[in-house]
Amino acid sequence: MQIDLLPRERSTATLNLLILFGSLLAGLLAISVVFALSGVNPALAIFSIFKGSFGSWYGIKETVTKAIPLILIGSGLAMAYKAKFWNIGAESQLLVGAIFSTWVGLNWGPHLPAIVLVPLMFLSAFIGGALWGMVPAVLKIRFGINEVISTLMLNYIAAEFVKFLVVGPWKGATKGGYPYTDDLPAAAILKQFPLSRISPVLLSVAVAGALILGWLVYRSRFGYEIRVIGENTHAARYSGINFFRTLVVLMAISGGMAGLAGAGELMSIHHYLSYPDSLSAGYGFTAIIVAWLARLNPSFTIISGLFFAGIIVGGDAIQISMGMPAATVDVFNGMILVFLIMGDFFISHRVRIRRGRTVDA
Amino acid sequence: MLDIIVSVLTRTIIAGTPLLIATLGEIIAERAGILNLGMEGIMSAGAVTGFIIAFTTGNPWLGMLAAILVGMLLSSLHGFVCITLRANQVVSGLALTMLGLGISGLWGKPYIGRPLPQRMPRLDISGLSDIPVLGDIFFNHDWYVYLSVLIGIVIWFLVKHTRMGITLRSVGENPKAAESQGIPVNRVKYLAVMTGGGLAGMAGAFLSTAYSGSWNEGMVAGRGWIVIALTIFALWRPGGAFLGAYLFGGIFVLQFMLQPLGVSPNLLAMLPYLSTLVVLLIYGLSKSGQRRMSAPATLGEPYVRGGR
Repeated sequence: MQIDLLPRERSTATLNLLILFGSLLAGLLAISVVFALSGVNPALAIFSIFKGSFGSWYGIKETVTKAIPLILIGSGLAMAYKAKFWNIGAESQLLVGAIFSTWVGLNWGPHLPAIVLVPLMFLSAFIGGALWGMVPAVLKIRFGINEVISTLMLNYIAAEFVKFLVVGPWKGATKGGYPYTDDLPAAAILKQFPLSRISPVLLSVAVAGALILGWLVYRSRFGYEIRVIGENTHAARYSGINFFRTLVVLMAISGGMAGLAGAGELMSIHHYLSYPDSLSAGYGFTAIIVAWLARLNPSFTIISGLFFAGIIVGGDAIQISMGMPAATVDVFNGMILVFLIMGDFFISHRVRIRRGRTVDA
Repeated sequence: MLDIIVSVLTRTIIAGTPLLIATLGEIIAERAGILNLGMEGIMSAGAVTGFIIAFTTGNPWLGMLAAILVGMLLSSLHGFVCITLRANQVVSGLALTMLGLGISGLWGKPYIGRPLPQRMPRLDISGLSDIPVLGDIFFNHDWYVYLSVLIGIVIWFLVKHTRMGITLRSVGENPKAAESQGIPVNRVKYLAVMTGGGLAGMAGAFLSTAYSGSWNEGMVAGRGWIVIALTIFALWRPGGAFLGAYLFGGIFVLQFMLQPLGVSPNLLAMLPYLSTLVVLLIYGLSKSGQRRMSAPATLGEPYVRGGR
């Protein structure tokens, strides 16, 4: 018997969808094996995760709450990955966005009405995330520094800087020694749907952002340049695309979206700047998988963001109900990502099994 | 004053050891054309496995062995995804990191904060260890430190002076030519990535069974990412790995030395990451430096037999 791997000439939407669900299913199976090996009842754990997120009104509302940052960040990452620019730094782009909007909120907030302040804080967060995102683009194009390394190092640097701010110069006078800034003024706080933590403004920003980015990638000249750079660097150089301008703008948008997520968490959920890991539950990393599950289509992150938000919420639930560590969600995420990229192979290749021995040509 | 210098240099060597071991691993994988961004996760899984096995058996050597095996296992998954299924190496590496961190959290939870009864023993070299100053700095460490140096020398020799090294390099630089020479390209890639993973696992076990003697989530603390940067800094040469690992080991130590002087610990904690960027920037400032920073020719690309 011989197994051949042959390139697949064309793939249909149905096939893509089938492979996508096949990968998710295979991933869940592999997760079950890891759970079983770790002495956890896999069926119960996976059931509890989805019950915790999609099994109650409370769960669904929390899922939507956590989907918002994932959609914002994931759509920006999808765009960057389309150009094969491996932005791993969304976590810190979120933080810098939060730093910028905190500054605006604390300094200008008391003098401005909400209608001016809220857009201003969003804008400043976008600018903060964009600036932080442009650094690795410049480092890559001007100095040949690999963006995976630079974005990761910038993550650690920004996280330490936030800690420095909240225990040092920005420590709130009203917080009794805790490492928090003072509360943002009331005008900066986003209204939420009753009995939930979902801000309609923020939800609209996230959904609109994902749709706009989807339009940019697939319908605009800029998106065309991004896709050419991602698919064939040589062709892109040949056709006279300005790499520097395109990638810097791309990373400004990608980082800016993460910055918006930072402002959103701040203005809707936390109301003050605090330690990095309480501001973001690893959204910058989870969003990488969100982008991948969306097949790098920014608009589809609306769906994939909800899915992974569900896993985060469900993960929190089993921490309480089954006493499992927070890292369980990482097993989930890592395994699903592995199987998603494995699935990509079967979109571009078909497997042929032949009986009997044959000579390879 | 001499005391301080001795203590700084001693701790520099200790702090550089896990970086050295893992960087050597990454160099081997990347020389064969496989970028393994999963080092952070593999080191973490190695740390927890090493700890659990050393804790339950009371034997840190078994812990080391188990960590190496887990590292090889995890990296073979990376190999399967990237070599056999030709998937994107960046994403696969990231997935491996999440998986490694997740598994270590899951497995290590009951062991958090428990001290290891039997750490990796010191290698007492009678005579040498007693030399004042030099004996303290160089000859008073645990086995890992000497093993890492030995492994580094062996790898340097193999890569630079043997047929095996030529094979490894040709697979990363020009797999098509290698294959026409009869080299089983993908098998070499698998071996390289698994060797690299084994070393990363070992580096993790050093952290939990020799360096700290305990397990805690997040104890790898970004070292796996610094290793990726060190591989570039070393220009994919084992000799450069020694220089880079001890330099960054020194930066880790500096962080604690400067703390009593009243510098914010948070700003000091940025040092290793900031220095990584500065070091790469220094290369990047000149065209020749940028050229030297260029990776093995086919790094990150899957190899298709008989393909274009």
